[in-house]
Amino acid sequence: MPTLYIDDKPHTVGDGLNLLEACLSLGFNVPYFCWHPALGSVGACRQCAVKSFQNEQDKRGRIVMACMTAASEGTRISLDDPEVKSFRAGVIEWLMTSHPHDCPVCDEGGECHLQDMTVMCGHNYRDYRFPKRTHRNQNLGPFINHEMNRCIQCYRCVRYYRDYAGGRDFDAQGSNSRVYFGRHQDGALESEFSGNLVEVCPTGVFTDKTQKSHYTRRWDLQTAPSICVHCGAGCNITPGERYGTLRRIRNRYNGEVNGYFLCDRGRYGYEFVNGGHRARVAMRRAEPGSLVPTAKPLALPRIGSLLAGGARCIGIGSPRASLESNYALRKLVGAENFFAGVTAAHQSLTELTVHLLERGPAQTPSMREMAQADAVLVLGEDLTNTAPRIALALRQSVLNAPMKAAASMGIPDWNDGALRVVLQDQKGPFFIAAPDATRLDDIATETFRAAPDDIARLGFSVAHLLDPKAPEVPGLDENTRQLADRIAKTLAAAERPLVVSGPSLGSASVLSAAAAVANALSTETRRAGLSLTAPECNTLGAGLLGGGTLEEAERALSEGGAELVIILENDLYRRADHVFVDKLLGAAKQVILIDHTLNRTASHADYFLPAATFAEGDGTLVNSEGRGQRCIQVFMPTGDVQESWRWLRDLGAAAGKWPQTEWENIDVIVADIAAAFPMLKGVRDAAPLASFRIAGFKIPRQSHRYSGRTAMRAKMDVSEPGIPTDPDSPLTFSMEGFAGPAPASLASFFWAPGWNSVQSINKFQEEIGGALMGGDPGVRLIAPELEPGRAEYPGAIPEAFAPRPGKWMVVPMYHIHGSDEMSMLSAAVAERAPAPHIALSPEDAQLLGLGEGEMAELNIDGEILVLQVAVHAALPKGVAGLPAGLPGMEPVEIPAWGAVARRVGS
Amino acid sequence: MLTTETKNEILAELAHSETNRMACIESLKIAQRQSGWVSDEELCEVAQLLGLTPDEVDGVATFYNLIRRRPVGRHVILLCASVSCWVMGYAALRAGLAQTLGVEPGQTTPDGRFTVLENQCLGACDHAPVLMIDNDLYRDVDAEKLGDILARYA
Ligand code: SF4
Ligand code: SF4
Ligand code: FES
Repeated sequence: MPTLYIDDKPHTVGDGLNLLEACLSLGFNVPYFCWHPALGSVGACRQCAVKSFQNEQDKRGRIVMACMTAASEGTRISLDDPEVKSFRAGVIEWLMTSHPHDCPVCDEGGECHLQDMTVMCGHNYRDYRFPKRTHRNQNLGPFINHEMNRCIQCYRCVRYYRDYAGGRDFDAQGSNSRVYFGRHQDGALESEFSGNLVEVCPTGVFTDKTQKSHYTRRWDLQTAPSICVHCGAGCNITPGERYGTLRRIRNRYNGEVNGYFLCDRGRYGYEFVNGGHRARVAMRRAEPGSLVPTAKPLALPRIGSLLAGGARCIGIGSPRASLESNYALRKLVGAENFFAGVTAAHQSLTELTVHLLERGPAQTPSMREMAQADAVLVLGEDLTNTAPRIALALRQSVLNAPMKAAASMGIPDWNDGALRVVLQDQKGPFFIAAPDATRLDDIATETFRAAPDDIARLGFSVAHLLDPKAPEVPGLDENTRQLADRIAKTLAAAERPLVVSGPSLGSASVLSAAAAVANALSTETRRAGLSLTAPECNTLGAGLLGGGTLEEAERALSEGGAELVIILENDLYRRADHVFVDKLLGAAKQVILIDHTLNRTASHADYFLPAATFAEGDGTLVNSEGRGQRCIQVFMPTGDVQESWRWLRDLGAAAGKWPQTEWENIDVIVADIAAAFPMLKGVRDAAPLASFRIAGFKIPRQSHRYSGRTAMRAKMDVSEPGIPTDPDSPLTFSMEGFAGPAPASLASFFWAPGWNSVQSINKFQEEIGGALMGGDPGVRLIAPELEPGRAEYPGAIPEAFAPRPGKWMVVPMYHIHGSDEMSMLSAAVAERAPAPHIALSPEDAQLLGLGEGEMAELNIDGEILVLQVAVHAALPKGVAGLPAGLPGMEPVEIPAWGAVARRVGS
Repeated sequence: MLTTETKNEILAELAHSETNRMACIESLKIAQRQSGWVSDEELCEVAQLLGLTPDEVDGVATFYNLIRRRPVGRHVILLCASVSCWVMGYAALRAGLAQTLGVEPGQTTPDGRFTVLENQCLGACDHAPVLMIDNDLYRDVDAEKLGDILARYA
């Protein structure tokens, strides 16, 4: 812990920092542009200049760049020295000579790092009176708006897009005063993480295009801490609302989870909240297939009397509904009548995931820990498409092994410029076994393309090589054995090896094999990590609550005498084929659906109760790390919309099961959950209690600059409505409340005097890039039971994959834009999704006489799909890929054998 | 379009480069020999040969002023505009070129014979002002010598 002297005062700072990080961590304001906590230093912009002195006697000093200078013991610097201050003012004055000063029409205005730094340096008047260079902007696709004139050449965008995110369709173009950041030609940015440019660029060059279509200034947004609902990674987000519609999603820093970045699905998938598919009032069925609005006070007693009538009622939960809502449904219908909302195949994979994580001994890492791994094995997942943010974290891990060598040359880890020069293309060990090419292949040491069973066999053989107690794989071919040997040796030599897998291939063997490898690495310590992805935002939460399968639900209705079914936030037509779902719904006398979006299931509902989306209500989600995290309500919905758990509370009360006062706020139902499920005890700590106050005040959701409060509703009513009560959180729907900085876990937005941009997060971290003050939010619910060395190796080793003549092993393929139900209701995301297709290897396509784009017929168990052919060079022979979850494609239970043929008549 | 010969030359260049990025500048120079500049189509071909993206190759191509991304005439005149030449009579040379050819730097004569470009330093300051036509360097040039020099290029 070195001591620095800043303007002659001693300060102790963390080890291994540069002066900029050190000063910011101490709370000083030092301006900067090119440095970014996740990207490190390159010393390009010269904005972070400080005066450095050799010793106490040195009165002259010299100007150094804070971001390029180590904060070592005894360093003496001045931030206030007049010469260095005028140097910094000069730097920004130069930068501004080519900046258009168009803040009033710039989407970045009001949350712009360039504005903040300009003010910080005191460059208040501009003297430059000459023409400025201008650029042509590019159409970069549906996510990002491009306005190059605003560029100050800090190079953060290329460093993020290329070096950090691995994108290659974007680069710095031109030279000197004409330098340009863009693509070779107009076109959508290919990276799945392009949206982060909006936050990485310190100016308004890259701004959120979806927000532009319903633009609102940052200070006019109502915001609250929330969690992304578009996959199981559980990234933290800050959604912003104005006039009852969601205007945008911003990253919300959580040091253990998503850090500074989101994926594009998470950032741009939000429009379903505003979409035309929403229903905001209670409805009942008038005639088949048509729902008509009904008054809530009428609907509730009617459903209540159905429930109280003695007929058996079952509940179908959902991995996309909160823990509270699933629990409330389970409580209402009883554990024996509660079904988890997915088919047996999916439910068993979730149960297996939970089991493997609970047993251990390998531990599941957070995303921060994943980025620190020094050897990685990915088994069966195309992570960029199944758990995108995890893929971005893993991309950073390949720097760790070569960085150790760089450290021995005296290059600190923050010196990005020097590191990239020394490392060149060196990458640490990273193995990927998957049926098809993945978007992480470019960092892979070796890839292995095979059918799911062979992927599992590779995993099991690695485990056996690591720990002879793990079963041996019979009949392994020589190539696979040698690869297994290389993987095993590499993982064994690593300090922090990591195995990542998941249920996306629908293979229990792959999951078990991944756990076997991680457990075989944990014979002495828990150094190995095991991360298993989760397909939906609360897959793990729902998995921890348990429940029957959809098939069992169907039997309960058709054979078990159940007459009523309550379906919770679940479009069953996405879960199983329509014949099965028709049968299930047809067997129910009354179908009650609680959801926020009108879907195919809704057209069979007798009652539809409008649920809150994540932005309109409170609920807890459990991510793939087993971390319970709270979505705090962002804004008050209109109509009857309320959280599903409140609907279920109301239904229970209407049926006389409990008093109207049941679950008066989220803390009460969370306490119930904790009491009913010992495993979920920790969930009480997922967020502060609703009763939390600072000096007696609630925390405002609106900034102190929120404008138009008295005018925004004036066309309807001149009197200002009262502030809606929020029983569930310490936040208030107001600009009034505690005026000081709120605790980081509750701050509805990050802001500090002089820091209006996203970089205000500096003021809320214990150390720059470290944990949020008071700890990163969320609570880990799962800890492995087994001690190291006690590994169990469950799961049978499958037979080697044997192609069958005339048949193909059809495996699901996930798409970041396409496979998620809700984000596909956002036009921008839908625009980036693929069309329905079947992926075939070049050999198989040739065998079938099918070319790219031609029509094929796929027959799985009599279910026939007509699809365009996409030839995938990496697919092994005998394996075909089918996009998972694409709208317009009937769900089929895969992996399964299917027959492919040229479509008759084409 | 790149000819087979050009492509082979690029591949030969690639073969003895440590990384494909290293072969980028030289490949662009090879490609440029065909017609004096590199078209979008040719740039994409270079990218494909090198296993780089067009965005990456264009980043290199647009960084170097001697790689041209727009059509040029049969002969390219590089007029030195750096300090020494500026002091020693660059303005008169520029005016002379404008008068003789009727074009300013950045333009091509209507008959496609010459393109005039400015260049920062041709490395012959001791003989300023200088200009370069194709691969020939002319030192101590003045407006009077221009006519003779230009006449050598058809
Ligand atoms: S576009 Fe933005 S991030 Fe990129 S160099 Fe310009 S100012 Fe920096
Ligand atoms: S990785 Fe998943 S949780 Fe994170 S932003 Fe993307 S969709 Fe949301
Ligand atoms: S932030 Fe230090 S030089 Fe740019």
